[in-house]
Amino acid sequence: MRIFLTLTRRELAAFFVSVSGYVIIAAVTLLIGWSFVVLMTNLGSDPSPMPVTQLFYRTYFFWLIVLLATPIITMRLFALEKFSGTFETLMTAPVTDLQVVAAKFAAAVIFYTIMWLPLLPCLFVVRHFTNQPGALDPGMISGMYLGVFLVGCLFLSLGCFASALSRSQMAAAMISFVLGVSLFSLGFLAQAITAVAQWKEQLLSYFGLFDQMNDFACGVVDTHTVIFYVSVTLFFLFLTLRVVESRRWR
Amino acid sequence: MAMNETAMIEVKNLTKRYAGRTAVAGISFTVARGEIVGLLGPNGAGKSTTMRILACYLPATAGTVRVGGFDVFHQSNEVRRRIGYMPENNPLYTEMRVREYLKFRARLKGLGWRRSRERVSTVMEQCGLTDVSRRIIGQLSKGYRQRVGMADALVHDPELIILDEPTIGLDPHQIRAVRQLIKSLARAHTVLISTHILPEAEMTCNRMLIMYDGKILAADTPENLQRLVAGNSQIIVELAAPAAALRECWSKMPEIEYFDISASEGDFQRCALTPRDGLDLRPVIFALALQNGWVLRELTRNRHSLEDIYVQVTQPGQEEEEES
Repeated sequence: MRIFLTLTRRELAAFFVSVSGYVIIAAVTLLIGWSFVVLMTNLGSDPSPMPVTQLFYRTYFFWLIVLLATPIITMRLFALEKFSGTFETLMTAPVTDLQVVAAKFAAAVIFYTIMWLPLLPCLFVVRHFTNQPGALDPGMISGMYLGVFLVGCLFLSLGCFASALSRSQMAAAMISFVLGVSLFSLGFLAQAITAVAQWKEQLLSYFGLFDQMNDFACGVVDTHTVIFYVSVTLFFLFLTLRVVESRRWR
Repeated sequence: MAMNETAMIEVKNLTKRYAGRTAVAGISFTVARGEIVGLLGPNGAGKSTTMRILACYLPATAGTVRVGGFDVFHQSNEVRRRIGYMPENNPLYTEMRVREYLKFRARLKGLGWRRSRERVSTVMEQCGLTDVSRRIIGQLSKGYRQRVGMADALVHDPELIILDEPTIGLDPHQIRAVRQLIKSLARAHTVLISTHILPEAEMTCNRMLIMYDGKILAADTPENLQRLVAGNSQIIVELAAPAAALRECWSKMPEIEYFDISASEGDFQRCALTPRDGLDLRPVIFALALQNGWVLRELTRNRHSLEDIYVQVTQPGQEEEEES
């Protein structure tokens, strides 16, 4: 546990000592801010009964942020260490592969969560100006954040896996972007195909990231969805672990 | 404890094959506790691969490797706790500060908070890093970075220290400092260093393993290796004496296998003598000159013998790319 914490601290610090961490946060803040400008303009001309969280989600900026930011956050994790050779010093210290993978993933998740903090003031600004209690309540915010967190974990685990595969950060980012976009488009597919055989539809509905996030944004937490996200995340982390271990049996 | 009687490193029939290429071909050697052993060989001889296997970074294809009695594959964590390993090219987290990095490494190697602080201060002093403790590693010179790498290898006070090419790319001053440091470690630790520079191994090591093409070609102390090839060594003498007298003198001495006399400036004659069995004839020659009243202005023994065996045994020019 102590080793895990030591590793996590270093990984997290690495985000903040380099410019890239701040660039990611700045870019995400810009996108969030922009999305709210769009949102408010739309709301001004076309009032809506939907809560703000759902409105934000409806601008699709959310997916843009997740799809773009997660590969950039995770690309460094393993690829850079392999490239610079520090992976060798790391793995010859008395640490287990599980500790390394878990610490890197944890650091990425913490950074990702910090990255989403600018969303909060935006929500409150909107609430302040709409002056309606229905526009925003704590349940909705936590639902939204739970959704953001779970989707993030899923995409970050994809990124970890991609980074473990490659020695080049660019390649890692591209692989995780492609994986992320494929997963995302499965959600579109799930929406598009409705009248096919039952089991197929059911299977696809699990990948309907779109609808699921919509639920979260309304403050609805569906256990099915939570279990789906958590298990896919664990699956990819498991794959990452196998890739890291693979140098022992390759 | 019985532990102290076992060898620090025990390698038996170690083989490592990469796809289509054998990097290490069935080598065996042991290293006793407290020894400084040099792994010597040209690039691509399998030195780094051997070290990586010892450091539990790569698995062996065949054979067993035990460090301090623990198997590197099955008891990898036990082994890693006992070794300090500095890989080739000394990779470091360049964005960290020196003290911060060493502290991170100490914690990673399982040292407690207080102990890690103590040890970090100790090794920083030992490696001459105290002045740069707050500098960012990426901004340090190569010599300092090398010292940071060494400090990292030492920080948990390991029984075995493995240094892969510790002096590569350093200037002569820094090389001397690193050598001093390695020598100072000898009492408390076992050290395995790799190098392709012969004098380095000769100066720092108790024993040398000469590797070439994945095999160990010779393993002995530098002195014994020297004796092994001393048969080919020569003694150079310059004397002011008549050539005929010298010729007669040399041919009467049974220890001299072969000699050659050439005229030098003035009365001096330059003689190249090849002694039998690598005997050191210098005292005899000095006595001879004294006895005959000849002026002696040079009396040396060729010390390039070890280099000769190295060149002979390893035949450079067939350098292969080292597997990364």
